[in-house]
Amino acid sequence: MEWEAVIGLEIHVQLDTRSKIFSGASTKFGAEPNSQACPVDLGLPGVLPVVNAEVFKKAVAFGLGIGAEIGYRSVFDRKNYFYPDLPKGYQITQLQFPIVLGGQVEIALPDGTAKTIGVTRAHLEEDAGKSVHEDFHGMSGIDLNRAGTPLLEVVSEPDMRSAEEAVAYAKYIHQLVCYLDVSDGEMSQGSMRCDANVSIRPKGQTTLGTRTETKNVNSFRFLQRAINFEIARQIDVLEAGDSVLQDTLLYDPALDQTRPMRSKETATDYRYFPEPDLLPVVIDAAYVESIRSQLPELPHAKVSRFTAQYGLSKVDATILAAERPLADYFEQAAEICGDATLTANWVRVELTGQLNRENLAITESAVSAVQLGQLLLRIKDETISGKIAKDVFDAIWQGQGSADEIIAAKGLQQITNTVAIGPIVDEIIANNPKQVEQFRAGREKVLGFFIGQVMQATEGKANPKQVNEIVREKLKQ
Amino acid sequence: MQVDPSVVTAIAELAQLQLEEEDLQENIDSMSNILALVDQMQSVDTSAIEPMANPLDAVQTLRPDEVTEPDRREAFQSIAPATEAGFYLVPKVIE
Repeated sequence: MEWEAVIGLEIHVQLDTRSKIFSGASTKFGAEPNSQACPVDLGLPGVLPVVNAEVFKKAVAFGLGIGAEIGYRSVFDRKNYFYPDLPKGYQITQLQFPIVLGGQVEIALPDGTAKTIGVTRAHLEEDAGKSVHEDFHGMSGIDLNRAGTPLLEVVSEPDMRSAEEAVAYAKYIHQLVCYLDVSDGEMSQGSMRCDANVSIRPKGQTTLGTRTETKNVNSFRFLQRAINFEIARQIDVLEAGDSVLQDTLLYDPALDQTRPMRSKETATDYRYFPEPDLLPVVIDAAYVESIRSQLPELPHAKVSRFTAQYGLSKVDATILAAERPLADYFEQAAEICGDATLTANWVRVELTGQLNRENLAITESAVSAVQLGQLLLRIKDETISGKIAKDVFDAIWQGQGSADEIIAAKGLQQITNTVAIGPIVDEIIANNPKQVEQFRAGREKVLGFFIGQVMQATEGKANPKQVNEIVREKLKQ
Repeated sequence: MQVDPSVVTAIAELAQLQLEEEDLQENIDSMSNILALVDQMQSVDTSAIEPMANPLDAVQTLRPDEVTEPDRREAFQSIAPATEAGFYLVPKVIE
């Protein structure tokens, strides 16, 4: 039988704020355990939550970014469960009246087509603390620094049909939240965590099969593997004549398999009720419009503009628009040198290569966009060749100054003077009679030998195009 | 709604309350009474009334995104039953 997978994702996006959602404790990553856990985060008696304004700004920006309806009146609820990293005994979240309703994103599939994935809702909630089970001689250690960190939980429709689609969707959400400065997107620090709901059904069937939920997958690679494992497992179960149990699973990257989180669990019942410590949060159209007016250009729009405005290929445009800082870098350099194609190539090849070698982000580049633009300008006006430019690029990277300073200091100006190149060519022709004979006998390829010799003699400073012309002319004489 | 012993037991378990066998009936009775009152309230026609999330007729004030809480870990941990290396210690919670 042919099976079809049905996948929905719940993505927890950590909002990039200075302080927590309900307290003034810092959200900075990597601090000493419990050094950023205040009485509100610890759930001490008598404290009250106070909502951080920034989380609403970011949630609304996200909602506008996916074309969603904004909840003008959103309400917080309590989700009750017991776990030591949740000291209050409940998580404050939004159930019935979330801040973001509906919306959709378009993902690009490997075959080049696009697919629209629906977003059901996105709601604000607080993160829990962290439990450490080793090193405490039979006890568990609790770090509440993360407790109260603002999260936006983005719930998709079950619109995806393969692990690849799910990953494409997750990557787009990641790109979007980074574009919008909603999140820092640091996956390794838990800034984005996915729960994957997976079920399978015979292809063509419209009703859904029993789903499982694989929780807390924190990388795209693991997400793909976890979903593929789960699809294969469910097919095995059904083909063996058994039924899939509605279960909560954990993905174990080391074993590349999913396993049930709790062996014996009473049916979960979170007994939600409206959070009595918080009033409804009401925002108005003016507030939403002010955020809309500050939205940056979004990824898809940027790709379209890059192809239209600069004549870049879709592939180049997509790569350059992947991150906002990279796109901005490209545009700034292209504006200075006036050649977008040249800039696109340099950013993609030389710059990206160097950044990868040194494991740096674009924002940490030792060559600024202005410096690259000025360097490319010198290729453009034929002061230097593309080959010499690579050496100049390295020199700028090492902090030796601007392109013009380095070109002047090292005497790298291209020799474009026919008078200067002529005698060099004459000498090389005189010294290589065998090759001259071959060329005259019709072996065009030998031309490359002469050009190479001239370039070598001029330490690469001669203009290759001009050398080509002069050599050709002189050989024919 | 009919409150039977299994409902009370399940709620007690979710709330992590230890319920003695002899207290079961009393809980069933009082819960039934509460639900009877709810039933009575539900007979009122509220179709034209917007659901209320909070009894106060007010909206939430938001605070600016600023770090205002200093690190007072030492003070907080001085009243905790067990701590180590900055962590609060609890009985092991993983299987």
